Amino acid sequence: MSRQKIKLYQVGSFAVGNRLLDADERTVQARSERSNTLTSGHRACQGCGEALGARYVLDAAMRATGDQVIVANATGCLEVFSTPYPESSWQLPWIHSLFGNAPAVATGIAAALKAKGRTGVRVVGQGGDGGTLDIGFACLSGMFERDDDVLYVCYDNEAYMNTGVQRSSATPPAARTANTKPVGFEPGNVFGQGKNAPLIALAHEIPYVATATVADLHDLEHKVERAMELHGARYLHVLVPCPLGWGAASCDTIRLARLAVETGLFPVFEADHGEVTAVSKIRRQAPVVEYLRPQRRFAHLFGEPGRPDVVERIQAGADRNIRRFGLLADETDEEE
Amino acid sequence: MRSQIEGSQAVAAAVALCRPEVISAYPISPQTHIVEALSDLVRTGRLEPCEYLMVESEFGAMSAAIGASAAGARAYTATASQGILYMAEALYNASGLGLPIVMTVANRAIGSPINIWNDHSDAMSQRDSGWIQLYAASNQEAVDLHIQAFRLAEAVSLPVMVCMDGFVLTHAFEPVDLPTQEQVDAFLPPFEPRQVLDPAAPVTIGAMVGPEAFAEVKVLMHVKQMQALDVIGEIAGEFAQAFGRSSGGLVRQYRSADADTVVVALGSVLGTIEDAVDELRDDGVSVGAVGITCFRPWPLAELRAALDHARRVVVLEKAFAVGLGGIVGQNVRLALEGLPTRVHDVVGGLGGRPITRASVLRLLGDVLEDRLEPGALTFLDLDWGLVQRELERPFGPHAENILRDLAAGLR
Amino acid sequence: MFQVRIHGRGGQGVVTAAELLSVAAFVEGKHAQAFPSFGSERTGAPVVSFCRFADEPIRSREPIEEPDALIVQDPTLLHQVDLLAGLGQDGYLLVNTTRSLEELGLGEFVAGFRPERLATVPATEIARELVGKPLPNAALLGAFAALTGRVTLASVQGAILDRFPGETGTRNAAAAERAHDALGVGARA
Repeated sequence: MSRQKIKLYQVGSFAVGNRLLDADERTVQARSERSNTLTSGHRACQGCGEALGARYVLDAAMRATGDQVIVANATGCLEVFSTPYPESSWQLPWIHSLFGNAPAVATGIAAALKAKGRTGVRVVGQGGDGGTLDIGFACLSGMFERDDDVLYVCYDNEAYMNTGVQRSSATPPAARTANTKPVGFEPGNVFGQGKNAPLIALAHEIPYVATATVADLHDLEHKVERAMELHGARYLHVLVPCPLGWGAASCDTIRLARLAVETGLFPVFEADHGEVTAVSKIRRQAPVVEYLRPQRRFAHLFGEPGRPDVVERIQAGADRNIRRFGLLADETDEEE
Repeated sequence: MRSQIEGSQAVAAAVALCRPEVISAYPISPQTHIVEALSDLVRTGRLEPCEYLMVESEFGAMSAAIGASAAGARAYTATASQGILYMAEALYNASGLGLPIVMTVANRAIGSPINIWNDHSDAMSQRDSGWIQLYAASNQEAVDLHIQAFRLAEAVSLPVMVCMDGFVLTHAFEPVDLPTQEQVDAFLPPFEPRQVLDPAAPVTIGAMVGPEAFAEVKVLMHVKQMQALDVIGEIAGEFAQAFGRSSGGLVRQYRSADADTVVVALGSVLGTIEDAVDELRDDGVSVGAVGITCFRPWPLAELRAALDHARRVVVLEKAFAVGLGGIVGQNVRLALEGLPTRVHDVVGGLGGRPITRASVLRLLGDVLEDRLEPGALTFLDLDWGLVQRELERPFGPHAENILRDLAAGLR
Repeated sequence: MFQVRIHGRGGQGVVTAAELLSVAAFVEGKHAQAFPSFGSERTGAPVVSFCRFADEPIRSREPIEEPDALIVQDPTLLHQVDLLAGLGQDGYLLVNTTRSLEELGLGEFVAGFRPERLATVPATEIARELVGKPLPNAALLGAFAALTGRVTLASVQGAILDRFPGETGTRNAAAAERAHDALGVGARA
């Protein structure tokens, strides 16, 4: 779908008033007839980035498909807070099987639909970073390589939050988790470890890979809609800050997601069959310190004496991303 | 139509006749010929509509089957040994969700040490997983049990595993009578799921259940399995009527109704046991055999009825509970609770060591002449010399030490 | 019941031989069973396969310890593996070789055997000539039919053609016939 360009500079932020857009370009969330797929009453923490992200993603998917979506959800925060027996927040067909098999369950559902000739019904697999990148990785890679007709969404809050904030392969360097405390030989999570899921997805050369955050509502919905226009294996990696696990204020969720993008720590891009086709440019690069300070999981890097050397390494990582993906906007760049 | 074919080919043909809609396949010896044959059938359009998924592991295989079944498709997979362990988490998930998946288990030993040959340790390790377990004594019965399994699974909304001895049955050429598509269609109607993932009527499946309800949910699984005991018998009866031969059911008796001594076993070894029974009967010995076709749910009443007149029962099984003893033996003792029967637990055939008629005759000779203590665990054809020598050795890996002794001709 | 044990190496069609023999017996109205000694797929390793047939259903599936007939597809195994174990003096022995049993060092072993039940046949050479590959199993089955009379050549050929369509089938069937006839013309041990 083509996107209408709006010049917003006079507003001074990225807030997009829906009244400025054509009706069909407005966000799904702004509509009263949205599916409300993840309806209210769930038990998520105040300020939960994942609850926000999941609602946006699924409502967009429902709109794009005329409410023809089935979801396979991995064990994790989203599954636990959305289905406290005997209640459920889900207003679509939804199955939770195991921690490590959401991609495979989604594959099975897609196969069943294909065998039955019900090609209009679409499948979304979803889970957190732990369920996607660690324990579910073999199933995820299998789904990718078979090009199964599944959109898999990873809600990345950078640790095993549901079990008490343990480190996953998505936990950033230097971050404090319950088993990477700033004691002993390393201040928090070790540098040089971890997996870059979007790049791994890229390497599988599947039809669509994209990253997004809960800071850019339009972009997130657009990417889901784009994914739903396609068939085959598709992957969406969404950064969803976790106030509890990150030690941040619950009102800072969106702000932190935006800072993750503006520092370059979380590159936002789209790719087609292994080739990056679009990136979200950073208009004003923020130093990583602005992002790290509001999070207690990085508190050990500050204060007396702090770890300025570690902060520098983190900054170097952000700079590398910016170079690698070409994230800085020139004056001549148009707003995407 | 009756033909001389490989067991795996026969099973693949039988499964195809049941019109599965999703097959997930991960290869492991000795099940490979089954999934290969099914792949050919799907690719050539002889089995359609059917999606054949070449998954990345057995865990993926069962998980995909879970998704497919939950979405209302008839789902099938096959595995053995290490594979059934790798999918263990998913097995419990499938039964807990009440999904009527059918799976072939080409019974094979579990490592370490790695061993690709037949015994029952794989299926036995999952006896508590909530799956119904059926054991085929021949390739004909394997064919028949698969057809009955789909019907059974969908009738009771529980997954069913059909066990057949790896290599011994899967790779054996035997005469098998395969039914026609019309016959199977008449016996097995299309899958009507109890609950299904469908945008037209959304449901949430797989919610977390806390202490206030978990016990009731679990007990329901048990109740359903126990109810299945009746359904299994009914389906076997209908099968006999529709296809003209007796197959399946809970237990099978061979010359045991008036036998003083009865051998109890599962799977293909029953053929050898029946040969031994005939030979002994010719010599006037009062002996018979009871085969257990349905191991889970445990047919306690039927087995008790089949054995309660016997003075001695010899349970000959192809697996055992390390640190305890016989598995089937324990279950049989439960069935004979309160009776004065002498029960002998005998373990044989581990890791593919053949159970021969000569061995069975020797065993029965020992039993009949009271040379075997009931209550003691007996290992058939075991080289205790090798074991003893290894026990006296304080270093080195056991398996490799024993293999070296064997190669050196030491016993 | 008639029990046949076949020895060879992986890749020589030992397993197929037993299967085809069981099909041939089946077609003649017998109950038949065939299975290999199982192992991981590996070319060149010693392989054993078994075939039983009888007028009544066969219930036992144990390996054949006392064969009525032994087929040796690869004579290089003769002094490496105890191939001959369990073969009684009334048994049939068929060896794939251009040499005689005496030359193979088996003279003493077969001394008490019935000479009309012993045979050698250059099955590999026949196969090379008629099939274009050194796969001796079809030829050996044809020779087996002639030697034992337990199955007919026609049944063996039927089993071969059924399993291998086209040229492969017809060539192998021809190899079976050549070996069968060779035995008939007194090319025994």
